Amino acid sequence: MRNRFFSGLLTAALVDPDLVLITADLGFGAVDDFAAARPGQFVNAGVAEQNMAGLAAGIALAGGRVFTYSIANFPTLRCLEQIRNDICYHHADVTVVAVGGGLAYGALGMSHHATEDLAIMRALPGMAVAAPGDPAEVDAVLSDLLAGGGPAYLRLGKTGERMLHTGGVSAPRGTSIPLGGTGGEVLLCSTGAILDATCDAAQLLRAKGIRADVRSFPWLDPFDAVAVRQAAGEYEALITVEEHSIVGGLGSAVAEVLAESAGGTPLIRIALPPTSSSVVGDQQYLRAAFELDAESISRRVRNHLEANRGLASQIR
Amino acid sequence: MDSLSLARAVRAHVLRMTSTGRSSHVGSALSCADLLAVLYAGVLRVDPEHPEWPDRDRVIMSKGHAGAALYAVLAESGFFDAAVLHRHYQNGSFLSGHVSHVGIPGVEFSTGSLGHGLPVGAGLAWRARQTGREWRTYVLLGDGECDEGSVWEAAMFAGHHELATLVAIVDYNRMQSLGTTDETLRLEPFADKWRSFGWDVVEADGHHHAELLPALRVPRTTERARPRCVLAHTVKGKGVSFMENQVLWHYRPPSAEELERALAEVGAG
Repeated sequence: MRNRFFSGLLTAALVDPDLVLITADLGFGAVDDFAAARPGQFVNAGVAEQNMAGLAAGIALAGGRVFTYSIANFPTLRCLEQIRNDICYHHADVTVVAVGGGLAYGALGMSHHATEDLAIMRALPGMAVAAPGDPAEVDAVLSDLLAGGGPAYLRLGKTGERMLHTGGVSAPRGTSIPLGGTGGEVLLCSTGAILDATCDAAQLLRAKGIRADVRSFPWLDPFDAVAVRQAAGEYEALITVEEHSIVGGLGSAVAEVLAESAGGTPLIRIALPPTSSSVVGDQQYLRAAFELDAESISRRVRNHLEANRGLASQIR
Repeated sequence: MDSLSLARAVRAHVLRMTSTGRSSHVGSALSCADLLAVLYAGVLRVDPEHPEWPDRDRVIMSKGHAGAALYAVLAESGFFDAAVLHRHYQNGSFLSGHVSHVGIPGVEFSTGSLGHGLPVGAGLAWRARQTGREWRTYVLLGDGECDEGSVWEAAMFAGHHELATLVAIVDYNRMQSLGTTDETLRLEPFADKWRSFGWDVVEADGHHHAELLPALRVPRTTERARPRCVLAHTVKGKGVSFMENQVLWHYRPPSAEELERALAEVGAG
C-alpha cells in the first residue's frame, strides 16, 4: 500500500506544482523517489509533528495541496489539536497520511499501533476518513483525494498487502465496494487492510455452509449509510471487521446507521478490545492473538450466530 | 490614520469591548495595541477592500486571547465597520474572545489555543518562497505562549530553512496567567534562545512606534537570510495606570466606572 501511495502521489506531483509532501522524518526508502524528483515540493519537517501539521495548514492556506506523512499515531494523535484547529476549522487542503494502520507495526509495540485513529479522525468536523483495503483501493481513494482535496485522513497498511480486487476499482468519496457475490445470508463489512482476513473468513464461512458476502468500506467519512441500510434489509446479520478498537470505528459507524433505521438486523462487531496491549508480535501474530485472523473471525461469526438461536435457525 | 492615533483608537475599542462584553484579557490586548497599530498603519501591504488579495502580507495573531485588539485594529483599518465591535463576546456574534476568522474580513487565521501561530506562519513563509511571491508573514506571540513546545519546533524549522520573510513578534510583557514569566517558567536568556535557533533578533520598546517601525520592516526577498524575531518589551495593560502589570486584568473586565477612568487615561474620554 505504501509504495502504491507514493508512486500515485509522485505521478500527481509531476503535473501539479502545488502538491507538497511533508514527512516527519519517516519513510526511509519510500519517500526517496518523490524527494529526488520534486525536491521543491518535499519537506522533511524533522521529528516535529505539531509543526508539521501547522506548517501544512499554512502552506495549504496559501494555495498548496499538502500531504503529511508519518507512522501510525504520530501524524494524528501527536498533533490532534493542530489537525482540529489549524486544518479542519480552516478547511485547509491537507491530507494526513498514516502508514502502519492497525497492528502493522506490531512488534514495535503499543506506541506504534494505530488502533484508535479512525474513531478520533471520524470525530473531527469536515475531515474525510479513508482506510483502503488493498492496493487497488489505495489507487481509487488517492485519486479521489487528489481531485477533491482535504481535510482528509488516509490510513494505509504498510507494504505487501495482497490484491483482493481483480481489476481496478472506483471508490468515490463516501462509497463502499462489494467483493465477490451478493445475495448471501450474512454480510461481512470491512475497513482497511484487514480486508484480506475478512475475505478469507468469508471463504471459511462458506465452507461451513454459511453464505457470507463481503463489502469493503474504504471511506468511514463520508460513510456509505445507504449501503448499510440496504444491506440491513437484505441480510440476516451484518458483521463488521476492523483492525481498530471496538470504540468508534466501522462497527460504531454501522451501529449508528442501524440504530436510526427500521428493523432489528443483528450486528456483530469484530474489533480490538478497548484496552491497551503490551503484547509483542508481528501483525499476523497479533491478529491471531486478538482473534482478528480469518480463522478467528469465522469462528466468532459462527459462535455469535449460534448463540442467537432464532437467527441460527433462519440460517440453517 | 497615523500609528499613534490608531493605537489610541484600538485601546479605546478594547476597553469598551471588554467592558460591554464582560470579557477577559483586556491587559493582553492593551499590551499589544502599539504593535498592531504600527503594523497596520506603517508596515503591512494589505488592502481592506480586498482582504483576500493573494499578495497581501499575512498577520497571524498567535496570542489569540487578545482578539479584541485584532478586531479593533482591523475595523479601524477599514476591513469592516467598527460599529459591529460592540458585538464582541455577545450571544450569536462571530466576534469571539479568542480570534476566529469566520465572518470577519481581515482575520487571517483562527487561534486561541497557544503555540499554533508560528508553525502556520512558517508554512505561509515557506509557500511564499516556493512560489516566488513577495508577501511577508507576521506572527504575534505572547511571551507565556513561548512555553509551548510547538513554538520552538517552528522556530527551529524557520531558522533551518532561513525563512527571511517570517517575522515573529513577541509581546514580551513578562506576565502570564498566574504571575510573571520569571516565576512561571523562565524565558531568559530569551533573545539568545531565538538566536541559537537561527533567528535575527531585534529588541525594541514595544510601545515606541519609531523604534518598532524599522524593526518590523523586513525585506520581501528571502534568499539566504534569517527569520526575524522582534522581542518587543511591553507592559501588560499599557496605557491604563491601574491595569499596568497587574495579573488581575488578565481576567477581569472593567466596570462602567473603571471604563470611564480608563478611557480618560488612553485619551478617549
